[in-house]
Amino acid sequence: MTDATATVMDTGAETAPKASDQRKLQYYTASQWQLVWWRFRRHKMAMVGAGILILFAVFGIFADFIAPYGPSTRDRSYLMGPPQIPMFWDRNGFSVQPFVHGIETTRDPVTLRAVATVDPNERRYVQFFTTGDKYKLFGLIESRIHLFGVDKGKIHLFGTDELGRDLFSRTLFATGTSLSIGVLGVLVAFVLALIVGGIAGYMGGWIDYAIQRVTEIVRVVPVIPLYMGLAAAFPREWSNIQVYFAMTMIFGLVGWPTLARRVRSHLLAQRGEDYVLAAELSGASAGRVITKHLLPSFTSYIIVDLVISFPYMILSETALSFIGLGLRPPSVSWGILLQDAQNIRAIEQAPWLFLPAAFVVLAVLAFTILGDGLRDAADPYSVKKS
Amino acid sequence: MTAQPLIEVQNLKVHFPVRGKGLFGGVSGYVRAVDDVSFVINRGETLGLVGESGSGKTTVGRAILRALDATDGQLTFHRNGAGPLDLRMLKGDSLRKFRRNMQLVFQDPYASLNPRMTVRDIIAEPLECLKWGTRQEIDDRVREVAGKCKLNVEHLRRFPHAFSGGQRQRICIARALVSGPQFVVCDESVSALDVSTQAEILNLLMDLQDEFGFTYLFIAHDLSVVAQVSTRVAVMYVGRFVEWAPTRKIFFNPRHPYTKALLSAVPVVDPSREFNPFKLSGEIPNPADPPSGCRFHTRCPHADGRCKAEMPDWREIDGEHFVACHHAERLG
Repeated sequence: MTDATATVMDTGAETAPKASDQRKLQYYTASQWQLVWWRFRRHKMAMVGAGILILFAVFGIFADFIAPYGPSTRDRSYLMGPPQIPMFWDRNGFSVQPFVHGIETTRDPVTLRAVATVDPNERRYVQFFTTGDKYKLFGLIESRIHLFGVDKGKIHLFGTDELGRDLFSRTLFATGTSLSIGVLGVLVAFVLALIVGGIAGYMGGWIDYAIQRVTEIVRVVPVIPLYMGLAAAFPREWSNIQVYFAMTMIFGLVGWPTLARRVRSHLLAQRGEDYVLAAELSGASAGRVITKHLLPSFTSYIIVDLVISFPYMILSETALSFIGLGLRPPSVSWGILLQDAQNIRAIEQAPWLFLPAAFVVLAVLAFTILGDGLRDAADPYSVKKS
Repeated sequence: MTAQPLIEVQNLKVHFPVRGKGLFGGVSGYVRAVDDVSFVINRGETLGLVGESGSGKTTVGRAILRALDATDGQLTFHRNGAGPLDLRMLKGDSLRKFRRNMQLVFQDPYASLNPRMTVRDIIAEPLECLKWGTRQEIDDRVREVAGKCKLNVEHLRRFPHAFSGGQRQRICIARALVSGPQFVVCDESVSALDVSTQAEILNLLMDLQDEFGFTYLFIAHDLSVVAQVSTRVAVMYVGRFVEWAPTRKIFFNPRHPYTKALLSAVPVVDPSREFNPFKLSGEIPNPADPPSGCRFHTRCPHADGRCKAEMPDWREIDGEHFVACHHAERLG
């Protein structure tokens, strides 16, 4: 620890030898969170990851507004239509305002299948803040304004599925669902972990021993069969809301042991520290020691653990919904969207149905990178071993 | 002025159980960290406590502070005008409230300050735990004590990571003094510092003692440090006191062979003098399984059959000079 200050000072751009006194003072009076932020900021990849996740969160939260159409709105004139990419010029010339070409639907005389053909002479101009389907943002604010749309007909950035539903809109709604399942699952796991790990770590002795063995038992149960068994036990008549909450509970109940162990070990490690004894000798009560000294000492680590456990939750949800045991249509989640893509016709004729998979991959990668960056930054008082 | 006792320790024993492995592992023995130790510290004095690592010095200090529970014995705190108080009887809230009267300055000034709190909050903690006053009153008191400990009052907003070892130790001292204790245990408080900083901190501690009349239990392994600050010195070996005397007597007329060995190991800065310490062979015995008779007989050059068989009495051989050795007179 002796070199901690020196190391932080040496590596910190904030405290380069030339730095003004003002900046030095800023460093000296920096709280833990400021130090964490300064270190985190230097981790460029983690910043990118954080940016992606913030973007996804905004997508999910404001899906109603950002998506041009509702998740179940059908466009019968454009079934299994490929993505339409806004462009600025075509053979008819240049336009400042981006546009997509119009669609004409004809029926194939042989197969009788509706076939959408692009009419390169018709332009549909992209407009912002257009009026469209009615929705209630957060179930409160009623509105018809959408972020973007086209002046006539419809625009499908990611194409449509076989029912003519806009894949871009559906992906945005799915992002909200899948991320929120992750958040709730992690929260349930975290609360359980904090209670169980906290008791084990603070009480110690045979209570700790017993809790550790129970935790190990939960940890050795293989996860996928457990998920499948629990998910299959959902009554079919349950509404999607019920299934949704049941799933978050399952993820929480399966996910807590790892977190609980971390909480316990952090507590055990910090309890022996001199400054905790100093607080006790100062006359601090157990409650004060826990809230003022022990909890703040490992919140940063716990945040890292939470961020790292997110991808598992999201992947579990996606996997369960994909095999049809999780959420069911008409709910949309990443798993459900990918379930729609799991047939030969999608692979052959509509590869754009796999676009949601890119979101899953991006989200998992972003969480992992973010967790990495946070882990490096989490303890600004540690000596960085390189 | 006659010496008034402040801390009285009688037959203090601190034993730690050694447990077998697992949930059902029974107690397989005891580590006798402190085994039957008695002494008195007078008001305003400094008792220097020296000994090797593992001799139980820290345990004695922590037992008095009630940081750990004594196995047996009596710990008495003679309050000013309120009569003696049995420290071992204090529990819960009354113990928490009483802690303002005795404080500890740690060895490691890095581990003993919470890195997540500002210096102001660290020093204010004992007062806040006592609900000592309003925020403004606590602020004023913190500034006053920080000034006494020669800390820059402007730096109170800073976090510990902004300070060097010596400055951090000043913060620790300020925290120990802020509640106005009568008794302060300095547990190797200067061993982690470099020599010039050691001198600064020692001077600060002595100045504060002159000003406020603190009583110190000064635990150290560095004899020159102890000689500088102590009124009396106690030497500990494997959980027991072997010698206890005023500082001058210990340094000029040590009676116990162990004390002699410690003293001869102090290097003298004088190239013309031959440095020829009286070396001890072997290791300090395991306190879970101490030797029979005199605990020092395994390493003592003067040991005989009696030392092996019979535990020496704790006796006064000269005014205020106690020693536990069968041959103290012969060796004196």
